[in-house]
Amino acid sequence: MTEHKSTYEPKSGFERWLDSRLPIVRFSADLMSFPTPRNLNYWYTFGGILAFCLVVQIVTGIVLAMHYDTSEAGAFISVQRGIMRDVNYGWLIRGIHANGASMFFLAVYLHILRGMYYGSYKAPREVLWWIGCVIYVLMMATAFMGYVLPWGQMSFWGAKVITNLLGAFPVVGNAITTLLWGGFSVGGPTLNRFFSLHYLLPFVIAGMVALHVWALHVPGNNNPTGVEVKSDHDTLPFHPYYTVKDLFAIMVFVILFAVVVFFIPDAFEKVDNNVVANALVTPAHIVPEWYLLPFYAILRAIPDKLSGVLALAGAIAMLFALPFLDQNKVKSMRYRPAARMYFFIWIVFCLILGWCGSQEPQGTVIPGGAGPVIIDYGINSVTWLARVSTAYYFAYFLIITPLLAMSEKTLPVPDALFMPVLSKSAAPAE
Amino acid sequence: MTQRPLLAVAALAAALGLGLGASAHAETTQAPLKDVHWSFDSPVGMYNQEQLQRGYKVYHEVCSACHSMNLVAFRNLADKGGPFWNPAYPNPNDNPVAKALAAQAQYDTIDSETGQPTKRPGTTADYFPSPFPNETAARAANNGALPPDMSLLAAAREGGARYIYSIVTGDGTTPPAGLQVPDGKYYDPYMPGDLTSFWKGDPNKVPVGGFIAMPPPLVDDRVTFDDGTKATLDQEARDVAAFLAWASDPTADERKQLGVEVMIFLLVFTGLLYASYRSIWRKVGH
Amino acid sequence: MRREASSTGPWADSGAGSGTLSEVRTSEVSESVAKAGADGPDDAGRRDFLYLATGAVGVAGVAAVAWPLIDQLNPAADTLALASIEYDLTKVPLGSEVTIAWRKQPVFIRHRTPDEIARAVADDHAPMKDPATDASRVKPGHAEWLIILASCTHLGCVPTFKGGEYGGWACPCHGSVYDTSGRIRKGPAPKNLYLFPYTFLSDTKVKLG
Repeated sequence: MTEHKSTYEPKSGFERWLDSRLPIVRFSADLMSFPTPRNLNYWYTFGGILAFCLVVQIVTGIVLAMHYDTSEAGAFISVQRGIMRDVNYGWLIRGIHANGASMFFLAVYLHILRGMYYGSYKAPREVLWWIGCVIYVLMMATAFMGYVLPWGQMSFWGAKVITNLLGAFPVVGNAITTLLWGGFSVGGPTLNRFFSLHYLLPFVIAGMVALHVWALHVPGNNNPTGVEVKSDHDTLPFHPYYTVKDLFAIMVFVILFAVVVFFIPDAFEKVDNNVVANALVTPAHIVPEWYLLPFYAILRAIPDKLSGVLALAGAIAMLFALPFLDQNKVKSMRYRPAARMYFFIWIVFCLILGWCGSQEPQGTVIPGGAGPVIIDYGINSVTWLARVSTAYYFAYFLIITPLLAMSEKTLPVPDALFMPVLSKSAAPAE
Repeated sequence: MTQRPLLAVAALAAALGLGLGASAHAETTQAPLKDVHWSFDSPVGMYNQEQLQRGYKVYHEVCSACHSMNLVAFRNLADKGGPFWNPAYPNPNDNPVAKALAAQAQYDTIDSETGQPTKRPGTTADYFPSPFPNETAARAANNGALPPDMSLLAAAREGGARYIYSIVTGDGTTPPAGLQVPDGKYYDPYMPGDLTSFWKGDPNKVPVGGFIAMPPPLVDDRVTFDDGTKATLDQEARDVAAFLAWASDPTADERKQLGVEVMIFLLVFTGLLYASYRSIWRKVGH
Repeated sequence: MRREASSTGPWADSGAGSGTLSEVRTSEVSESVAKAGADGPDDAGRRDFLYLATGAVGVAGVAAVAWPLIDQLNPAADTLALASIEYDLTKVPLGSEVTIAWRKQPVFIRHRTPDEIARAVADDHAPMKDPATDASRVKPGHAEWLIILASCTHLGCVPTFKGGEYGGWACPCHGSVYDTSGRIRKGPAPKNLYLFPYTFLSDTKVKLG
């Protein structure tokens, strides 16, 4: 915003009066006229889509909280009887909120992959990237605690397994889990505090989003070429060009969202969560929500509890470390064919890890026998596939990326992000 | 060009997210569910009201002897889309069928004169009465097994109505020779289970399925349908499975109807937005 | 070329602006320090100590406020008060187990067959992650009763009875396998299934807790 000179001119006496006291109209006008690279593609609309998702989750969540009972005895009934059957449109609001979490993560993953592909984490946008990583971690915490609230079997056992992760730490582990549970196991006190935090965290996320947007507006947008903006020719005012483009993308996203909510509302649901929480019976097959599956697979791939937890944390830490690991000056993978190839392989391994996380550890990959046993599981087991994938996941960040950054021969990068060769009229509309 | 792989990845991610229902169970086995169909199967299909009425009768006369259904009230039977919905009674609490069914049940209350515990007939606001006062009593009366609450049974089992139909019709299947069925249990190929330790035959040919504590609940003419439909075992099982699907998801009809309207709106609005987008961007090269 | 943004871009502008500001502030501060110095070195030392002490007391105050806010998360008195329970062992036939709740935690009471006991004892000195003899996991004279917490020591799931190749339990969540003494034999769990305090009131009655 520092570079972008304000073009706002107060039109009335009142606007002048307000502008010298609280220049909020100027602030909004400057946001709207913010010079944005004119070559942003649809992958750049996920920021707007995510803002939309956050608003949807907060609005539906506040409404659901009006009908929700936080007690251990009443939580399941208030959701399954109250909200789903008796509250007017309760089924719709919960359908949006519960599936909204999945839609939110779908969008955030595409947003992160876009940032990785076009090098949006590189100077001068490292802080922007780190704030985004913090938002992602907060989203996972919020989603996890929200999943506990319906108090079904998956809610209970998911909470138990995840909180037990922290018990892996030597000496302080048990004190931490007891502190989290407020008892000797997951129970009523746990449910209440998770509800409290689940209500709070989205507003923390909203605050972080404000910082994210601020950090975006200091250097301005990256773009598919990774070349920084040089002149007014390269940019368009955000409004109306990107407001209309983002709005169109949001509506396409909403169509997908609506298909899920209205026609396949149980697409992401585990049937066991329609059974009330029971501390004495573990469901046959516990899996987290799809968006956590790759991390879950990494956790299970490591045979030692503490190492598994550290690997899980490390997998997320890799994202934070990315600006340090990739020092190559060329941002966009458009001009980095080798990096692009290893990146796509990494995505494939992430998807494989997701699949592994949804399977039982001793399950076979190729139908048939598990093959010769190495250490503990057969070579054809899900566990070994997860181990190979985990190895690539970390190698991509810790070995491949730094080496490529130093050695890769990149393609020629254009001098300017926008070459007005094909356009009929090069001048921006403003 | 560079965007195409990213698109493919997005599609894969979406497919991954949607395909999670089918996760493998390593040791637990189960026969493939029977291929039966209902009017409400498709994303826009609705419940069949006559079938729901028949299904309620099977539930009421057979299932409810052991199974509770504590999320459903008598008024729900007369809700829009429910078995006894009647447009003449927009308020389900006025519906004579629901009132009459509720009045058959007895509920604990406190006598307003004496303060002593007594009984009263049910009203449409009452939830279905439970056959047992608590879990311990239910287990004691059922050989240690707990008949699950039926309010969300179809939603709580992989396969939904098809699972219920298969379990009910598969219950009491003659066990293959070599399978030791414990006392008080029945063989059901559709019940997820692991029969390895009860199998005396070839260890590589362990029968699929598991044991169920419920005696085969339905036979031909177990109930008499009011609409004259012949009460075969198959018909009873289909109807009760439909009723339990409705009980698990009573707003499905409303949801699907609204969904079609919302989709039409969204497509029109998105189309207009796209036209606006093209119009605004027409003058600038990009 | 691509580093331009960081050198001449917006950062450069804002950096210059704040630099000027901090220069102004620094000079103000040094002026005030110079004035303080004029009062004499002892006064300055006394003032430093005063500020330090004020800061330290303030930090102590914040810590004292923070502790109740953290400790309230720990189990409340009513949660801690959950009484011990008695259980009638005749309800568990030989070769089977029951899962009951004690302090809201699942507990296994397993009536072991002589075969299962023999198998556990035979493995007493096999290589194990968390070595323990079978005798150390039961009460003397009651080897047929194995009473342990039913939470997998990995992440707390309830293991499945008779699952896995050791005839004990297998955890459905991450595949940890326990033997008939509840000792961890395979998989990610770090410890044997936990023991907890209980006493035999008679041969057929046990008090948990």
